[in-house]
Amino acid sequence: MKGNGSKIKRTPSNIIFNLIAYSIILVLTVFCIFPLVLIVSGSFTQNSVLIREGYRIWPSVFSVASYQELFKYPAGILKAYGSTIAITVIGTSIGLFVMSMTGYVLQRKDFFYRNRISFIIYFTTIFGGGMVPWYILLSKYLHLQNSYVARVLPLLMTPFLIILMRTFISSSCPVEIVESAKIDGAGDFKIFNSIVLPIIGPGLATVGLFLALAYWNEWYLTSLFITNRDMYSLQFYLYDMLNSARFAQEMGMYVGDRELPSESIKMAMVVVTTGPIIFLYPFVQKYFVAGIAIGSVKG
Amino acid sequence: MTDGQKVLKAKSKGKGRFLRELKQNKILFIMLIPALLYFFINNYLPIIGIYFAFTRFSFSGGLFGSPFVGMENFRFLWESGKLSMLTINTVGYNIAFIFTSNFMQILCAILLSRIGNKYFKKTTQSIMFLPYFVSYVILNVIVYNLFNYDVGFINGVLRSMGSAPFDAYNNPGIWRFLMVIFYLWKQIGYGTVIYLATITSISPELYEAAEIDGANVFQQIRYITIPLLVPTFITLLLFSLGGIMKGQFDLFYQVIGNNGVLYDVTDIMDTFVYRSLKQDFDIGMSTAAGLYQSVFGFIVIMVTNTLIKRGHPEQALF
Repeated sequence: MKGNGSKIKRTPSNIIFNLIAYSIILVLTVFCIFPLVLIVSGSFTQNSVLIREGYRIWPSVFSVASYQELFKYPAGILKAYGSTIAITVIGTSIGLFVMSMTGYVLQRKDFFYRNRISFIIYFTTIFGGGMVPWYILLSKYLHLQNSYVARVLPLLMTPFLIILMRTFISSSCPVEIVESAKIDGAGDFKIFNSIVLPIIGPGLATVGLFLALAYWNEWYLTSLFITNRDMYSLQFYLYDMLNSARFAQEMGMYVGDRELPSESIKMAMVVVTTGPIIFLYPFVQKYFVAGIAIGSVKG
Repeated sequence: MTDGQKVLKAKSKGKGRFLRELKQNKILFIMLIPALLYFFINNYLPIIGIYFAFTRFSFSGGLFGSPFVGMENFRFLWESGKLSMLTINTVGYNIAFIFTSNFMQILCAILLSRIGNKYFKKTTQSIMFLPYFVSYVILNVIVYNLFNYDVGFINGVLRSMGSAPFDAYNNPGIWRFLMVIFYLWKQIGYGTVIYLATITSISPELYEAAEIDGANVFQQIRYITIPLLVPTFITLLLFSLGGIMKGQFDLFYQVIGNNGVLYDVTDIMDTFVYRSLKQDFDIGMSTAAGLYQSVFGFIVIMVTNTLIKRGHPEQALF
């Protein structure tokens, strides 16, 4: 923006405004990062210190004992990690392929039924049978109880992402290319697969990242459909660990020191499950920003 | 031609059109099959199950073998006062969320758009967007870290100042306020991105002209930025109004969990349905509550959309 930044005049009102702007933004930033700092700090604090002093912004005695303890018996975490990575990759790939294919058809101006079919898809956001009939269908009739399919299927597609994909394709893929390929005798699927897919990279990245994030952070489907501990998603594994620890505490049960996860181990667990997101965040943020900006404009 | 003949003709024309399209764009139709099949199974098929709402469901009986009880499930929900409490909580929280978050997001977007220091702007925006990316399970942890009576941060601060510790779980009222705070924490960055995109698309010439006319920064915001953000706000508002009966399940379930003492002030339709299913296995009643929620939400959307279409068709939801 030309009017901003480089040539702001130092008038009194600008100085006052900047003072207000910088301080409000700073306060809000601290508000957003502060809870996460408590977690990281807790994970680097020895458990005994944590119980005596409580959660603090900075560990009074720095320690990595909780991480060592956490990885003493790594089988459970590694299983959850493995299945979550696999499901994220599989779900994102399938979802991305089907949604871009659908988005491609729905943006074809020469396809007469595009608006009706878009509405059939959109309608699912306005009315539905509710969570319980859906749960009964998947668990009783499709037998997805304790099946990995239950962790993949429900997140595969959303109307929002299909419409986002449709907007991406129609804005980045000129009609002429499709027309000329058609004249050359290419079939519709071939056009999609070898002409459209390669040029919608940024759109694929954006939609794919939304999908991947949903799969990575998934705990709800696991809580509904999975009872086998070996099949837990990473976030539900974390949730289960937090809750069983709290339950044991409240009941005053002592299962022996080793089995009850200590405060600092819980925090280390949070860091370990969230780490990959925080690590990738700086590189992928721009794709989300692009997607949100495009998605908010009615397509 | 009589009306009947007209309809007949239109029908056969429609059918002919469909067959012609099918023949012409066979591949395009095939390409739609996976998505349509998906939405049929995942979203349309379960609609049949709303019949459970009128039965005393048993797993062995299944869809048609369970005894029909008419409106009994609804009557129970209504007479126990649950339905009105859940409706008020769900709608009330959503209204509070919509207005506080949009206000904060507009504020952030305006301030960020005016901040000259690029690094400051980029870093702060990234940090404010970060909570959107972490899982809701983290909220479970955060609530504990902050409010736990023994080791929570807040009581740590209170003790070090010599004050008495605060027991948040014995003060249900405070959670109304806390839910809004946690919602803002999670969502502030997302909406800021939307409003920032709108601000970036405003022509700089408008501001230059205003500056020449002697408008200071506050006046520029008041008379240029805010009026141009109103259409975006209306679009987002209408969109959220459509979801007024859809509760923030992840948020409430992770923050409140199974804390029964807090249900009166924090139970929403979605958490109630989830618990009725998972803990009480009461399929009939939980379906009834879900159906009530779906129908109520559907009516709100249809009314909103019809009203908008009358005045501003370009803003209509569909």
